[in-house]
Amino acid sequence: MAKLKEIARYVRSKNAGPFWVTVDIFFEDKESYERVKHSNIQEDMIAKLYGTKPELVKKFYCENINVIKFSWPRALPSGNPNEYDMHFGQQYVFLSETEVEEA
Amino acid sequence: MNTCKILMAIGGLGAGVDEQCFALGMQMGPDLIAADAGSTDSGPAYLANAMCKTSRQMLKHDLAIMVKGSREANIPVMIGSCGTCGSDAGVEEVADIVTEILRENGWHAKIAKVYSEVQRDLLKEKYAQGKIHALEGAPEISEATFDEFTHAVVLMGAEPFIEAYKEGADIILCGRATDTAIVAALPILKGCNVAAAWHGAKTAECGSQCCDNEAGMGVFLEVDEEGFNIRPLNPEAKCTPYTVAAHLVYENVDPYVLTEPSGRILTKDSVYTQLPDGVTTRVTGTRFEPAEQYTNKLEAAGIVGYQNISLVAAADPDLLADPETWIKGITAYGMKNLKKSGMNTDDFKIHFKAYGYNGLLPGKVPEEFHPREILMLMTVTAKTQALAKQVAKSMQPLLLHFPANWNEQLPSFAFPFSPADCDRGPCYEFKFHHVIDVDDPLELIRFAYTEV
Repeated sequence: MAKLKEIARYVRSKNAGPFWVTVDIFFEDKESYERVKHSNIQEDMIAKLYGTKPELVKKFYCENINVIKFSWPRALPSGNPNEYDMHFGQQYVFLSETEVEEA
Repeated sequence: MNTCKILMAIGGLGAGVDEQCFALGMQMGPDLIAADAGSTDSGPAYLANAMCKTSRQMLKHDLAIMVKGSREANIPVMIGSCGTCGSDAGVEEVADIVTEILRENGWHAKIAKVYSEVQRDLLKEKYAQGKIHALEGAPEISEATFDEFTHAVVLMGAEPFIEAYKEGADIILCGRATDTAIVAALPILKGCNVAAAWHGAKTAECGSQCCDNEAGMGVFLEVDEEGFNIRPLNPEAKCTPYTVAAHLVYENVDPYVLTEPSGRILTKDSVYTQLPDGVTTRVTGTRFEPAEQYTNKLEAAGIVGYQNISLVAAADPDLLADPETWIKGITAYGMKNLKKSGMNTDDFKIHFKAYGYNGLLPGKVPEEFHPREILMLMTVTAKTQALAKQVAKSMQPLLLHFPANWNEQLPSFAFPFSPADCDRGPCYEFKFHHVIDVDDPLELIRFAYTEV
């Protein structure tokens, strides 16, 4: 098994306005993109890692640029009294460390 | 063929326009100089206080370069979301700096100040009329929510920029606007392809982020009747079909559907082509679907409490073996003490983050992970600052000595500061993720013009 960071070119996380967050997984080529597309990196895994519900997670396959993207609403808007990552900018690290289980 | 050329000076006004790259952009003969000056990314405090995040010195640095270009070439400047949050005060602050620059150089210009702050009563009226609608992921609101914010703004579309331009303004300074409206307005007015104007604006709004190398800060956009061309200002950089297409996924929920006040930009079928110069990418095939109802997105923020913070560090193996249990233990013990002392425990909340353990991602850590030391941030959020302080003080003996294991002698944890606690002031919250139906794109927008 490989970690996502060993297959992907890079992983990025960011807030998308105050109420949503998003992670983008960039791949060098179609082969590595397809490997992760058919792996455990799905809505339920994202929901478990980031503490949200699978049905709230939207998934996008951007075939033309070999990107897999997930977006979901934050539990609380950005900058709330117990905020832990305002721009969601460090959250990608935890996803990139995830073990990819290929189908 | 109708075309419109835009020099996007920088993705965020005040981040430092590159003077050399800007000069190269001016040589390409732009019809407009544009920049975005705002964002909600840094949280609700800026809007709640109508406060700018960027320093006045850096704003003046960037504006001086842009105003100089504008006056020498006699082309307009358009800036959106002045003062970070786009409040009326933000527009005034940027107008004040621009006026100073014009006077210092003996230049003349007509300034448009375009305001999008909205008043409480008007919003209550719109809510009562059923004209405020939740977007996906919005918080629950009620009539009471409209009494809970200090400042509210709406995101204007392209129309107010067009209106100010038609009035002959040279320097158009707008309150909160969609990032794209700043750039899309003039190409739409000049009869360019509407979908290309919006998609080109979306591509250019973060400046050089759509390039393979982000140094140089700005980009040059040319919109025509079929599509748009985009290229970096920096001669070392390129816009490739990959970098331009990839920019659409950045900080967007959905890379293929982008919603504006006047409609939706659909990019699924967009075609990206590298032009022979090797640095410009051409984009065609984007579609624009006009909205049946024109809407302005609403943003508002207000105070939700007052905070006091304390920092304490630990390397104690008993605590590090299970920081979560220690946090639960100290919080429960503290709450019991506070109740005993006669405090109403509904009036405040105690929250811990264990940095070096799971401060950035609350929840379980991998089993094999053992930190060497951790820093704990205790945040007390209360109805008043005085109460937050008293709660924090009540917790201090526990922060110093609360053991992970009662069978051992009491530990003393590591404090970096004296006093141990620190009043942080108010904390804030965004109140809406909603849109407002309007009869006219200018309905909620106000204009003022001054000649310098």
